[in-house]
Formats: sequence, C-alpha cells, structure tokens
Amino acid sequence: MSRLFSFWLTHRAELATLVAQHVVLVAASTAIAVLVGVPLGVFASKRPRLAAPAMAIAGIVQTIPSLAMFGFLLPAPFVGGVGARAALVVLILYGLLPIVRTTIAGMRGIDPAIREAGVAMGMTPRELLRLVELPLALPSILAGVRVAAVVGVGSATIAAAIGAGGLGEYIYRGLSMVDTTVILAGAIPAAALAVLVDTALLGVERQLSARRRTRRFGRLFAATAASLAAVALLSSAVAARRGGGAVVVGSKNFTEQLVLGELLAQTIERQTRLTVDRRLNLGGTLICDRALLGGDIDVYVEYTGTALTAIFHQPVSTDAASVFDTVRSLYARSGRTLLPPLGFNNTFAILVRGADARARRLRTIEEAARDSTRWRAGFGYEFVERPDGFAGLVKTYGLRFPGPPRVMDLTLSYRALASGQVDIIAGDATAGLIKGLDLVQLEDNRHYFPPYDAAAVARAETLLRYPDVRAALERLSGRISAADMRAMNYAADVEHRDLAAIARDFLATF
Amino acid sequence: MPDPAIEFRDVSFARPGRPRVLDNFSLAVGSGDVLALVGRSGAGKSTLLKLINRLLEPDAGAVVVEGRDTRMWEPIRLRRRVGYVLQEVGLFPHMSIGGNVALVPQLERWPAERTAARVHELLELVGLPPDQFAARWPDELSGGQRQRVGVARALAADPPILLMDEPFGALDPLTRAELHREFRRIQARVRKTVIIVTHDMGEAFALGDRVGVLEDGRLIALDTPSAVAASADGRVRQLLDALPAMPRVS
Repeated sequence: MSRLFSFWLTHRAELATLVAQHVVLVAASTAIAVLVGVPLGVFASKRPRLAAPAMAIAGIVQTIPSLAMFGFLLPAPFVGGVGARAALVVLILYGLLPIVRTTIAGMRGIDPAIREAGVAMGMTPRELLRLVELPLALPSILAGVRVAAVVGVGSATIAAAIGAGGLGEYIYRGLSMVDTTVILAGAIPAAALAVLVDTALLGVERQLSARRRTRRFGRLFAATAASLAAVALLSSAVAARRGGGAVVVGSKNFTEQLVLGELLAQTIERQTRLTVDRRLNLGGTLICDRALLGGDIDVYVEYTGTALTAIFHQPVSTDAASVFDTVRSLYARSGRTLLPPLGFNNTFAILVRGADARARRLRTIEEAARDSTRWRAGFGYEFVERPDGFAGLVKTYGLRFPGPPRVMDLTLSYRALASGQVDIIAGDATAGLIKGLDLVQLEDNRHYFPPYDAAAVARAETLLRYPDVRAALERLSGRISAADMRAMNYAADVEHRDLAAIARDFLATF
Repeated sequence: MPDPAIEFRDVSFARPGRPRVLDNFSLAVGSGDVLALVGRSGAGKSTLLKLINRLLEPDAGAVVVEGRDTRMWEPIRLRRRVGYVLQEVGLFPHMSIGGNVALVPQLERWPAERTAARVHELLELVGLPPDQFAARWPDELSGGQRQRVGVARALAADPPILLMDEPFGALDPLTRAELHREFRRIQARVRKTVIIVTHDMGEAFALGDRVGVLEDGRLIALDTPSAVAASADGRVRQLLDALPAMPRVS
C-alpha cells in the first residue's frame, strides 16, 4: 500500500497527465456520442421500421471486444491507426448504443395524449420536439449518457494499447513489468473515476427527473451542449497534437521495448534540436508496424527475425546477415529504413527453472526433449501463433508435452515458471527476469530459432527530412550488448527503476 | 343564419379497416354558439373535433372553418385559432401551471409582459388565484383545478373557437356542477364558438345552447335542450333514460 502511494507521489505529474487524458477521452467520446446518438434515436423513434435494425447493429457493435475493435480499425484510413483519434472512434461507437437505445425508449415512453395536445395547440414538429418530447425523454436519455460514460471510463483503459494514453498506461505498463503496484496505480484511479462519473450523472438525472428544474431546460441544455462542444474541441486538439518538428518514437508493450524506446527518444533529444513524442507501449508487433507504415510513429526498434516472419511472411532463415539484408530491402520497398543492428540478439530463449536444470544437468533443448513428457509448457500468445514459434520447435526437437501448452501473457509466463505452475517457457534471451528469478536458458543447439537482431526501423521520409535523426540513431548501432540489455531489463523488471533513468545512465556511459 | 364559424358539409370519414365514423354528416355552428354533442363511446365524437383542427382530414365532403376549407388552412395557423380542451390529460407535466397557460402566446411570440399579463388574467378568470397557482405543477392540483387550467390554456391566445372533448368527464358530480356554472359564467364574458362533446346528456343540457345527438355517424337530433328533452325519437329517449340522477343546475 505504501509502495502504491509513493509511486503516485513520485509520478504525480505523469499521473495528472494520464488522468486528464483519460477524462478528455471519455468526455469527448461521450459528448460526440450524444451529439450523434440523440438525433439518431429521435429519428429512429419516429420510424419504427428503422429502429429495430438500428438497435441490432448497435448491439452487434457493442459485443465486439474493444481490443479486437482497435485491431479492425488499425488499417482503416482517417479513423484508424494508433493514437487518440482511433481510440475516440472506438469509444464513440461503444457510447452510441446505450444513448440511442434510451433515446428511443424515452421518446416512445411519452404519453401519446401529451403529444397530441402539443400538436393540437399548433406546435410545429420542431417546437413539439424542443418543448415537449425532448424534455420528457430527457431523464431516460440521461440514463443512457450515464451508462455510456461509465462504460467509456472502462473501455478507455484499453486505449493505452494503441498509444492513446490514459490510465490504461499504468495497467499495461504494470502488466508488462509484472508489477502489481503499477497495475493498481492505474486501475484504482480508473475505478474511482467510474464511480465519480456515475454518481455525478446520477445526481444530474435525479435533479432533472424531480422535474422542478425543467423550466430551465432550455438554458441547461444550451449550457450542456456548449460545454460538451468545448470538451470535444479541446480533445480533438489533443488528438491532433502531432505538431510540426516532433519525432514520434514508438515501442511495443514489454519492458525491453520500453527501455529501447526511451533510449531512442533520449538519443534524439540529446543529439538534435527536435522534440520527441513518446508513443511507447503500443499493443504489439503488428500495431507498431501499421503505426510506422501509417506515419503515426517515426521510429521504433524491431527484431530482424520478427520482421522477416511476422511482418513480411518470409520463410524462416538462420543466417543473421542474410536475414538482415532481406529485411532491410523489404522495408525499403515500403518506404522504411532499417538502421544497422544495435548489437544484441533477442532470440527466443527456452527457459527452465535453475533448480531443474542443475538437478537434471540440462544444457540444451535437445537434452530437455528426451524427457519432454514431464514438462508442462506455458507460452505467450505470439509464440504459439508465429511460424518460427511453437509448431516448428516441437517438430525440430521432437518434443512431446503432456498436454497442449498453457497460453498466457508473455511476461506472466516468467512468474508462472518460477512459481512452478509450468515447467518450460519461451522467453526473451535478454529478459532481466532470467537473472532475477534464477531461470536457465537452454541452448538452441539445432539452431531452430532465426536471429532476432534488434535494430531501429524508421520512416525513410523522416530520416530524409531530419538527417540529424539518422546520425543520432546510428550512434547506438553496435553499442548495446546482450549483457547490457539484460542488465537494463533487470533494473526495470526486478529493481523497478525508472525507465528514463535507466536509459539516461546507460547513455552516460558513451 | 350569418356565415357559420364551423360547418361540416356532407363529411364522410373512416379509419382504415373500421366502419365509418361519419357518414354524409352535415352541421353548422354559428359564431358565439355553444353546441353540445352527445353520443355513446365510440360514436365518433372525438373524431369530429379532430376534423375541425385538421388533426384528421375528411375522406369526402368538406369541413369549413371561418369560411375556409380546413385543407386550405395552414395547419399550424388553424390550430392556433382553435382552443382545444382534452379530458383529464393534456397539461404538460414538465411545465408549471403558468408555463402551460403561457405556451401558445409564447409560440405566437407575444412580448413577455403581455404573456405574463394574459396568464394572470386567465388564471383569475378560471378561479385560480395566480399568486397561488402560477408557479405550481400539474400533479399538485386536483382534477377540477387541472381542468380549469386546461380551459385557461385553451383560451390563452384568445382563439375564436373552442373545442372541448369530454372536458369534465373524470370529475366528481359536485365539482362538475361547479365547473358547469363557471363555464357558463366565462362563456358569457368571452363569447367563443364552442363545441363540447360528451357522453353525458345531463352535461349537454347544462352547457349547450343547442344539443346534438350523434349515432352511427349521423345527427339524429339537433335542437334546443328543452326540445331535445321532449323528443319522441326512441333512440334519443334511450339516451335520456340512461341519464344518471344527477343534480340539475338550471
């Protein structure tokens, strides 16, 4: 608990920013969902034939898991990509359903005799809507807005996966560092925010359905609309904040990538006059690749073997130099430049507990394969899917596990191994936890795994525009050994040191 | 008779798939007259009113208001010249009493002071002291008070025509008798052309200058209350016999 408070205290500026981002994301998406959803609901309520299909579509949208929705949107032009804009689109889509639904319900719940009285008094349809229908449907509509906002607070934590910021940052960072404190540092304020939003909107709802205040409906409505518009404007400014002169550095969502992202960012900041925008902690390889292709980020660190198989779908190869050349030319065709390798090879590491390795005198995967029926395997999602992952490994070494592998988050698998829930995992060769948790890497003596040399990949356009950036990035080439990387990962994962400080200390040794 | 304020000329009307509500129906109501139409439930009384303010349009024939076919009227203009009092409902629950009465003048964009003065005047007229009632809400009032507000609201923009659909139907007999007296007092001052529809012969006799009896989409009697009361027509007598023993107020 005290760790949590000291984390908040030391990160208070960042925490404030993340809370602000979170609030802006939710407020803006809810505001836009209201501006779109209420007219849509009113329109649909007057045309019953339209209402049913509209509700069905909105319902289907709601059932798409938000992470999958981000995935769908990644390649989409304009609304897609990574960053706040794509997150807004997803949150708006989620907010629409409850708002449209309650608007329709509110409109349909109006006593037909009341409506007829309005018409008989000579109200135009617009006057009827403004003076009678909307005020009477308002409590119902507000209930929908409340649901949309509360759901939005939750969904917005997912938005961190595509670099939109918000409290999800801490949750993802904590997950990738396997640090409960950091997870809680994001989860607790997010939960508090949800409760706060719920209570506040419930209060407004009660005030209005007490119906004494509705005489001020017009003014209240105008004020609400104005503030919603202001929030929407503000946040679209935030969404479009990629201003001139900034280089955007991305990274995937695990510790080493975060450290490398910091290293790239600080190097550029030190060596050039440009400002750096950090979009660290993006969902994974494919999200980073799309982001780079779409210009949402300018540079991130990729691994040659990953690029070869996962991005370019080429057959696995084991020769480091030829893999690098192949990948560099494939990148070049799509307007991207692969810079010289940083110096370490982050291949997959087949890991077992140190105690097991010593007891059975295991050194290689081949030795472990002899009695593989004893090993309960646990692998990350990516390893199970990749062509250079699980299936080939099994074939190459003739592995026969007692059951299908437990599929789990990569960083959780280290803990699962150390605590004895599984017996063999595929980790990263540079993982700091290998040292921290007393794990042993088995040698890939049949050279199954292709090389995974880390290298920065950048948009060619960015390098042409800012030659300084290229020079700065090339200063890192060949300078980071596997030991360096493991030490930095250890400092982050096990010692819980600040990522920026780790990167700063390392660059100071140059 | 001078030009009637409201005239039905051979009007037929049916709702799709239902028997005809009005069949070759003709009727003329003179300016400043109070016509009370009596009929059973479902005799087409409400339909008849809705044809006048063009909530409905006739299938055949014509409804003429102030010398002009309703289909030639711009519906919004027409409805603002025709006050409409509904049974029980019709007050907007989200507006105060004053707000309800002020509504049509506001739609007509009267200056605020004129509207306020009018609301004051009308609440006085219907016997609801404005200081006590203007700021209250419909659900705080008794049924009789709400009906008074309904009448005040219908009269707000001073329409020449007033349509009343079972205006006092849901009230207890004493309150009803009181409102009948009030109505005649108000009518003596404002002199509107009024059509009241009711299923209650007693109410028709109490309010109408003339009483019409509606059955199967036709008028089977139209005369002064005393003449209708003396009618020898079997169907009219049936309605008269069904009269509850209620205190006559004349």
